[in-house]
Amino acid sequence: MSMSKGENILDQAGRWRLEGRKVALATVVSTWGSSPRPVGSQLAVDEAGAMVGSVSGGCIEGTVVLEARQAMETGTPKLLEFGVTDEMAWEVGLACGGTVRVFVERLD
Amino acid sequence: MKRTTFEALQAARAAKRPVALVTDLDSGEQALLDSEVAQGDLILVENFLAQARDALDRDRSGPIEGTALFVHVFNPPLRLIVVGAVHIAQRLIPMASEAGYEVVVVDPRQAWATEARFPAVDLLSDWPDEALRALKPDRRTAVVVLTHDPKLDDPALGVALASPAFYVGALGSTRTHAKRLARLRDAGLDEAALTRIHAPIGLAIGAKSPAEIAISILAQMTQVLHGAAPLVKATA
Repeated sequence: MSMSKGENILDQAGRWRLEGRKVALATVVSTWGSSPRPVGSQLAVDEAGAMVGSVSGGCIEGTVVLEARQAMETGTPKLLEFGVTDEMAWEVGLACGGTVRVFVERLD
Repeated sequence: MKRTTFEALQAARAAKRPVALVTDLDSGEQALLDSEVAQGDLILVENFLAQARDALDRDRSGPIEGTALFVHVFNPPLRLIVVGAVHIAQRLIPMASEAGYEVVVVDPRQAWATEARFPAVDLLSDWPDEALRALKPDRRTAVVVLTHDPKLDDPALGVALASPAFYVGALGSTRTHAKRLARLRDAGLDEAALTRIHAPIGLAIGAKSPAEIAISILAQMTQVLHGAAPLVKATA
């Protein structure tokens, strides 16, 4: 997966860490059907909820940010799954009906 | 992610060294690897190590089948070499850099290749074939030839077509391109090489202005990069 100019996500995450903030990373690890962001797409979140990057078109970011804030407290990584068969999807709503798995981890 | 792993990943990215980060999605353990070494708290058996390196080689992030392992490939940015510091180049460069390309502009004509016309871009004033030989286009590089001057375009195309560049495009009408093909044939290029040239350059979207032509070029580069089927216009 290439890194583009617009994807300074890890750099921003690194800067947040240097400033002493708690940081978590979310990464799209698999997709089925049409999903808005490809495998490898990342979202970094800091303890105040600031975020850079994306793991979807915006529909699951809210839940991912909640999980990310939990991960940065506990240090326990978590694999999240969103999709039409998932009950949560009806609440959160993947607009396109695809399935996506997102790995959330703390940046130590 | 362990701090040491993150720092090693950032160092590799800064040095434009291709690396893969392998994560065990169950445990969160990770290994960072290149073609030679692997580091981190995740120990990979030979078979999975080979599969991860293969993914790195093919620039394909994804799971290793039948395992909880995820391979995240970090490659250096794509490159775009623009030959010809022309008006279309001025429009193409910001679009391409937004799409993730590192751009280099080559034009030996000092009046064209100025900092004022191309702020914040690598400008080379070498002759195009020398510049291209030094830049060594690889399979993550696109070469776009825009000077409209055979003295500059042809040598650039000669080097580009001898390279594994994933995209080679040349500005000019169908007639201009027919003459160009004749010249390149005379210069000894074979048909297989010549068919790699995208000309007239860009997708046929009726582009007129320099910005529109830049869009059509970048659209075609994107199509070729991802191996997408040609766009077919819906029949009403």
